[in-house]
Amino acid sequence: MLSLQILANGLILGGLYACIAAGFSLVWGVLNVINILHGSFIVLGGYLAFFAYSIAGIHPFLAILIAAPLFFALGYVLQAGLINRMIAAPVLLTLTLTFGLDLMLSNAMLVAFSADFRKLILEPPLGVLSLGALVLPVDRLSAMALALALTGLLYLVLARSRIGRAIVAVRMDREAAALMGVNVRRIYAVTFGLGALMAGASGALLAMIFPISPLVGPVYLGKAFVICVLGGLGSVPGAMIGGLTLGVVESFGALWFGPEHAVTLSFTLLIVVLVIRPSGLLGRKGYE
Amino acid sequence: MGAGLSALLELSGVSRRFGGLRALSDIDLAVERGEVVGLIGPNGAGKTTLVNVVSGVHRASAGRVRFDGEDVTRLRPFQAARRGIARTFQIVQPFPAMTVLENVTAAALFAGGEGSIAEARSQAREHLEFVGLAAVADQPAAQLTLAMRKRLELAKSLAMRPKLLLLDEVNAGLNSVEMDAALGLIRGIAARGVTIVIIEHLMKVVLSLCSRIVVLHHGELIAAGAPAGIVQDERVVQAYLGRRYAAAQAAGG
Amino acid sequence: MKRDALAAVALFALIAALPLSGDSYWMRLGTTMLMYGVLAISWNFIGGMAGYPSFASAAFFGLGAYTGAVAQKLGVPMALAWGLAGIFALAFAAALGLALLRLRGHYFAIASLVVAEVLRELVNAATDLTGGGMGLNLPIPRLASVQAQAVFFFYAMLALAALAFATTLVVVRSRLGFGLRCIQQNESAADMLGVNTTRYKVAAFMLSGVFVGVAGAIYASWLHYIEPPDVFDVLYSVKAIVMVLLGGAGSVFGPLVGAALFLSLEELVWRNYLQVHTGVLGLLIVLLVMFLPRGLMSLRFGVWGRA
Repeated sequence: MLSLQILANGLILGGLYACIAAGFSLVWGVLNVINILHGSFIVLGGYLAFFAYSIAGIHPFLAILIAAPLFFALGYVLQAGLINRMIAAPVLLTLTLTFGLDLMLSNAMLVAFSADFRKLILEPPLGVLSLGALVLPVDRLSAMALALALTGLLYLVLARSRIGRAIVAVRMDREAAALMGVNVRRIYAVTFGLGALMAGASGALLAMIFPISPLVGPVYLGKAFVICVLGGLGSVPGAMIGGLTLGVVESFGALWFGPEHAVTLSFTLLIVVLVIRPSGLLGRKGYE
Repeated sequence: MGAGLSALLELSGVSRRFGGLRALSDIDLAVERGEVVGLIGPNGAGKTTLVNVVSGVHRASAGRVRFDGEDVTRLRPFQAARRGIARTFQIVQPFPAMTVLENVTAAALFAGGEGSIAEARSQAREHLEFVGLAAVADQPAAQLTLAMRKRLELAKSLAMRPKLLLLDEVNAGLNSVEMDAALGLIRGIAARGVTIVIIEHLMKVVLSLCSRIVVLHHGELIAAGAPAGIVQDERVVQAYLGRRYAAAQAAGG
Repeated sequence: MKRDALAAVALFALIAALPLSGDSYWMRLGTTMLMYGVLAISWNFIGGMAGYPSFASAAFFGLGAYTGAVAQKLGVPMALAWGLAGIFALAFAAALGLALLRLRGHYFAIASLVVAEVLRELVNAATDLTGGGMGLNLPIPRLASVQAQAVFFFYAMLALAALAFATTLVVVRSRLGFGLRCIQQNESAADMLGVNTTRYKVAAFMLSGVFVGVAGAIYASWLHYIEPPDVFDVLYSVKAIVMVLLGGAGSVFGPLVGAALFLSLEELVWRNYLQVHTGVLGLLIVLLVMFLPRGLMSLRFGVWGRA
């Protein structure tokens, strides 16, 4: 059945999307900062995986283990050193700040790697899995599985670890958290680091499936926006719901309107949702 | 009760829900022109919600609000303001970077019906004189002390040329000297013919200012009437005042 | 008011003398600066005065460019096409404003950002009307020479910039300007004081769109060729914001000062660091936001200039 296949495709994609958005949503929900750099972090993670594989033969699944600490450190330092100075500034300024930083990063990547699309081709190819009438490419399936695992790991960290609970506390009420002894500045930096980690890791996974270029950064950023509006801010389950929804919407949208309109469709969805429910689909209160 | 045609403000069966929470249940209330009505009750009783419903911040989930003969239930705040309903906030909200004068000018211009900015400004100066803030007219509002901010709120309310003034805990955070000054101002405003509804915790203020007291508890209006009767009313004593206070009142008169 | 108006007249008169130099490079630069000025002045209405972080400038610019271009393709005379673009942008801003201005903060910013993307794709898809991804060629105005054309477009932009600036002067002194300022300071307090916040915000948003739309149309005619990624470029939105931040949000002369300064910096960087010019732009933005968020004008006149 065609619809079932499309649905399956959408869910697989959605799992990846959830991973893309989880870190972005966390940073937005906790720091009240929209990290425009997120898209470029994803692309950078993709490049890391690509070069790790083509130069050193390191499989993307392993590349994630390398990417994770590197990106965490990058995010931590960037936040603690730079973004934190502006943390209390109005939306306009923080948004413009991360915009400027993103211009710098994507220009740097453009110069270093050129705009040419790179495709990570696994040797030997992973093939497809046939489940009855469904055809599931193994590379996508395994990427999705890893993406879900990573997202699940983030959820566990937030739910069980001390630092995770501190992050959630700061998200709910910054001042109360501070009064309870939480070092809010450090939590901000850790959260941003986690966001960067998720971005870099999901970029490495995406590299297995989609071609990479600095030009696609904004595309992934846009998807992260939509997922946050759909699923709410600062929560991993929200990112899951938003991601899966977007994946399915894009899949069916590609069928009905053509794949080139996928982005327009998701953005139109974003605007419609915001107009109808100004605080997002799940109405997650927290930050504007 | 007894809502006559001359009642300035009339609430009929007004309820307000927030999700599952009933903040106001079936309120019937009439406020006559020229009255100073005290609105008392424990925290969470719905006093501020009542003021919000009247001023248009929240829409009543059920029931109707009539003001000066007109149904105002569905009005938005700015429309209520232009019809002569003014209110102050517990947590004072000025325009921080604008000067004190500009703050009051805004009120005169948009709700007070002044034609031009210049006219509004001169009106504003008069109101600043009345509340005693003329000396700080050109300071940014953010620099004022709490007591002065409360006076600024009063000046802004006056500039709106209100028929009805809703005061929400105007004395919170003031020391006794500042409070006496505030009370004097409120009496002055009442003397000008403005009808006042004042939410207040301090019974001595309520008793000295108000011609009538209305008591809310858990969103319900449990008592209304002259101050002397209210302080002895069993339900009010149970819900809010407490036996010791009632006994002291009865003894002290 | 008199002093500002006089200063403005002097400034514009000075700029108007530029074509006398006869240098086509300077004229191109001047025309671009005036266009940037329009972008900045326009953003100031919604972003500076009302305090809403709009990223919609690119949407208005592209919409105006395509409206003007398509109109001309269909035979409408150029100046009329520009007017049409303005009207279209005005109507679009009204509709969009009513839909989006209920949103606050980040949600408003993102929604306004995304609108340009959606418009770009729609224009891309409507190939029959707009030429889609292949772009649109415009009829070349029948003017004497390339030189005369350059002068013509320079004065067209100048007139637009002067109009936009004059509107700023009027609004700042008016009820609308006062109300916008109250909204920017504390929107719910403004509401409680009798300000019809919806009407005022939408008015500001419309002002932020109409001149930008006309600028887009003039730009299209000036270049004779447009394509979607060019005129719907999100950088137009970002530059508008940066220019106003540079000069001082909410102030009267700030946007112009910011535009002039920004263009000078951009031109300097472009000529010297072509490959990294967006990166350097990014660096400029970062430094500006971190160290001079109130802009240059704030150093002298305070956030709102002389009221």
